[in-house]
Amino acid sequence: MREKNVDILVIGAGAAGLGAAIGAAREGVNEVVLVERDDRSGGVLNQCIHNGFGLHYFREELTGPEYAERIKRIVQQYPNIDVKVEQYVHQIDYKRKEVIVASTEGITVYKPKALIVATGARERPMGGILVPGTRPAGVFTAGVAQRFVNLENRLPGRRAIIVGSGDIGLIMARRLTLEGVEVVAVVERMPYPGGLERNIRQCLKDFNIPLYLSHTVVGIYGRERLEEVVIAQLDESFKPIPGTEKRFKVDTLILSVGLIPQSTLFKDFLKIDPWTKGIVTSSSGRSSLNWIFAAGNCTVIYDLVDWVTEEGTVAGKFAAMYVKNSWEPAKFFVEKGQNVGILFPSWYEEGTNLNIYLRVKKPMEEGTIRVKQRNNLLYSKKHLNLSPSEMISIKIPESKIGSGDILVEVLE
Amino acid sequence: MRIGIIGAGVVGALIARELCRYDVEVLIFEKNWDVGMGVTKANSAIVHAGYDDEPGTVRSKFCVPGNAMYTELSKELQFDLKRIGSLVLAFKDEEIRILEELYKRGEMNGVPGLEIWDRDRILSYEPNINPEVMAALWAPTAGITEPWMVAMAAVENAIENGAKLFLDTQVLEIVTENQRVKKLVTNKGEFEIDVVINAAGMHGDEVAKMAGAEFVPLHPRKGEYILLDKQEFSGFVKSILFPTPSVLGKGTLVTPTVDGGILVGPTAVDLPPEREFREDTSTTLEGFEALMSKALKMTPLIDFRASIKTFAGLRPESPQKDFFVGRTSVIGFFNVIAMRSPGLTAAPAIAKFIVEEVQESIGETFQKKSDFKPTRERIKHYADLPASVWDEEIKKDPLAGRMICFCNKVTEREILEAIKRGARTIDGIKFRTRAMFGSCQGGFCMHRIMKILAREFGTDISDIRLRSEGSFILLGQVRK
Amino acid sequence: MKVEEMVCIMCPLGCRLVVKQEDNGEINVSGNRCPRGIEYGKQEMVEPLRILTSSVLVLNGDMPLVSVKTNKPIPRRVIMQVMDILKNTKVEAPVRVGDIIIKDVLNTGADIVATRNVERREKSSAT
Repeated sequence: MREKNVDILVIGAGAAGLGAAIGAAREGVNEVVLVERDDRSGGVLNQCIHNGFGLHYFREELTGPEYAERIKRIVQQYPNIDVKVEQYVHQIDYKRKEVIVASTEGITVYKPKALIVATGARERPMGGILVPGTRPAGVFTAGVAQRFVNLENRLPGRRAIIVGSGDIGLIMARRLTLEGVEVVAVVERMPYPGGLERNIRQCLKDFNIPLYLSHTVVGIYGRERLEEVVIAQLDESFKPIPGTEKRFKVDTLILSVGLIPQSTLFKDFLKIDPWTKGIVTSSSGRSSLNWIFAAGNCTVIYDLVDWVTEEGTVAGKFAAMYVKNSWEPAKFFVEKGQNVGILFPSWYEEGTNLNIYLRVKKPMEEGTIRVKQRNNLLYSKKHLNLSPSEMISIKIPESKIGSGDILVEVLE
Repeated sequence: MRIGIIGAGVVGALIARELCRYDVEVLIFEKNWDVGMGVTKANSAIVHAGYDDEPGTVRSKFCVPGNAMYTELSKELQFDLKRIGSLVLAFKDEEIRILEELYKRGEMNGVPGLEIWDRDRILSYEPNINPEVMAALWAPTAGITEPWMVAMAAVENAIENGAKLFLDTQVLEIVTENQRVKKLVTNKGEFEIDVVINAAGMHGDEVAKMAGAEFVPLHPRKGEYILLDKQEFSGFVKSILFPTPSVLGKGTLVTPTVDGGILVGPTAVDLPPEREFREDTSTTLEGFEALMSKALKMTPLIDFRASIKTFAGLRPESPQKDFFVGRTSVIGFFNVIAMRSPGLTAAPAIAKFIVEEVQESIGETFQKKSDFKPTRERIKHYADLPASVWDEEIKKDPLAGRMICFCNKVTEREILEAIKRGARTIDGIKFRTRAMFGSCQGGFCMHRIMKILAREFGTDISDIRLRSEGSFILLGQVRK
Repeated sequence: MKVEEMVCIMCPLGCRLVVKQEDNGEINVSGNRCPRGIEYGKQEMVEPLRILTSSVLVLNGDMPLVSVKTNKPIPRRVIMQVMDILKNTKVEAPVRVGDIIIKDVLNTGADIVATRNVERREKSSAT
């Protein structure tokens, strides 16, 4: 068994992990090692061949693979970053600060001074939404279907229905239609769509794909391969209304019903949000343990990969500062006020910028977002057309922030 | 002496293995694409203690002995068995009276270690049980296992000892002559046969009718289940929790699985006996609602947002609610049907019984093989090894370090071994290695598993099925 | 008169536009906070433009497909025709990000360019 001391170990070489490596290397540490369990770095960017990436980070609209390529090229500029693929993190001993990793070369026990978690998210499977019926072939989560179409050159089916109007579902509606698959409908349980407006227009309206809001799938049938999907309308308590069933003869069901941060490896020793399963972090990316940082979808589910890379860079920088100077400043709570559904980060550490990412609890035509610290108003602005589907990013520079707990609220 | 076993579920598989101890030719006929994929695949996976069975029933003869045999069997065949004990919970005075009855019944059946626990003892052992519980019957010999693995391991062992397995082979006709079995006609050919063991699960009565033998009419009793993520709920309960039984049966359980997850189920709905219902394993909204409300009553803190899988299984129920096993008026034809609960538990004891029954009935004593190999090696799960040992294994075999299923830590070597042991479909890999059984349900690894299967079979990934002939996963190419 | 509501995508503000087209062809855009919104609203009403992203078959590559895009938005109405062209296009590995796969596709003025690298491998992976 090999033992390896390293300044910084990053788990995951997707958008967040690569960003973290850049942030750490820029700050100046001896060695940053990334361990990635897939056979290539880049994470889901490799299969997101649509565009919409990089508008903020590179000021250019790029496709996923192009964005990944740009980030990788930056990483390559730093000789002290080592990206290793097909590495599986098996166990973490948080007391001894050891990370046990398996690969075809054997077991390596890493002893990092700081650990950055960038494990991303996984898709909620069908079993997670309790759909009655049979369990035939032809049911895919959207990411899996995307992987087959874009990387493996295979179609999941010929006639599909998509459940979930989040961006991934909408993107796949368009992708499948362009490749000759008939997409009969997109079904959404909420009364409002889950994805960005531009995707509703460019993925559904452009192709006349009907969107059924306040509907969910109540049955899937087929002996060996999927044959029929039944949907029904939901009432205000999300119960199916009898008599509103609509049947669709399809051979493919694509599920885009939520992303879940991958935090299980850490649940015994890091603070994890009990509702979202995200790793709870501060504005520096630091978790509830001083030597472990986290960034990306494993903390909160982001809308834009640009923000993921940025937060990765932040975590990398401060992890490096911790390694070099034992950086550990005063910490304050960042609390959810009125109408805030999802809020990141949960703590503010002095000396960092406060990059807030939030989702409102319910759609609001107009809302004033306020960030207060004791009696000081750090931010107050009226926002229009707020929706839980669109994440809001508010950046408050360090110079404006004093000491004390911070409250984020949205007033109607 | 050629013996044909119809059905490679846990019952047929254990009978086949038992027969392989003797100098007889053993042929196993299974209509599905893999072993243990019928009734055996979808049930509660419980090895019951044996207090439920009323004395005088056939069940009561075999449950307790079968339960005891599981210890040795699990060691020989290397499948998981965890004797975690069971608690039958009583929430009312009438229920406590039923517990006392079960206790007496259990003693009569020879169930060891039974105790009645009071509320304090129950809650200190299982803090997540509803504090309104009044008493419970504790049975330490109850356990959990992996039923399809019992069947798969038994079949592997039988094959190693000379048995022949015919998958995708359905018996269409049983030819008899002078009230004696002569030939089996299947979709894959005809087989001259001396003895037929009918272990055809949900189709047991149909097969008996083919031979003109006695039978009991069977109908499917559907049970729905919800499986909760082990990453969220591991350790929620440590023993098998039963409600007080009713006329409908043992009721909806909340139990750990050998994998560390939590299983809730079954419901119990009788379906009509017609053909189309015999394979109806669809789940229903009413079923989910029933499961959730029953589980919440026993363990109010259970959270169904952590569900990762729902499924349903069928149990072959007869009007007598009992096994129907033994010789028939057709010489050489033996029934092992209506194997409803506790069929899984009773199976090893039934296997031994049938082998005696066959010899007695046809008046022959089989010769024991001197070279019968009783043990079968499990597929090594490298992630369970101590890190330094795993490291050595990888140095000898790099594929033992290439992780394919991340959630359940299944390496490429294990996938290849599963293929060696008979897996040809996604389910074949899943059920032999537990790949794709975890939190992501195959989201990250299914394409990799498909590529490995395609590579090993020299086909394209588009040819890979989920579980059967027509269950293709991919339907065409994007670009040709 | 045609009325459409849409969200402007010219910048992250995402103004909610209301675009009205009179019977005589005249277009009126409201809800914008800058002139780019008017441009976008008019274009979207008259001739919606889209960036098309898709894949092209690669021969002898370490992947079967190379992801591609149009380097400029093209009229929405020609998308399916361009898709037909892409379906019949093959390219030899190696391919580099930015390589022009098809110049000026269908006279739109836009090129089809590769958006990822594909290395050469003589024995090509699953086609």
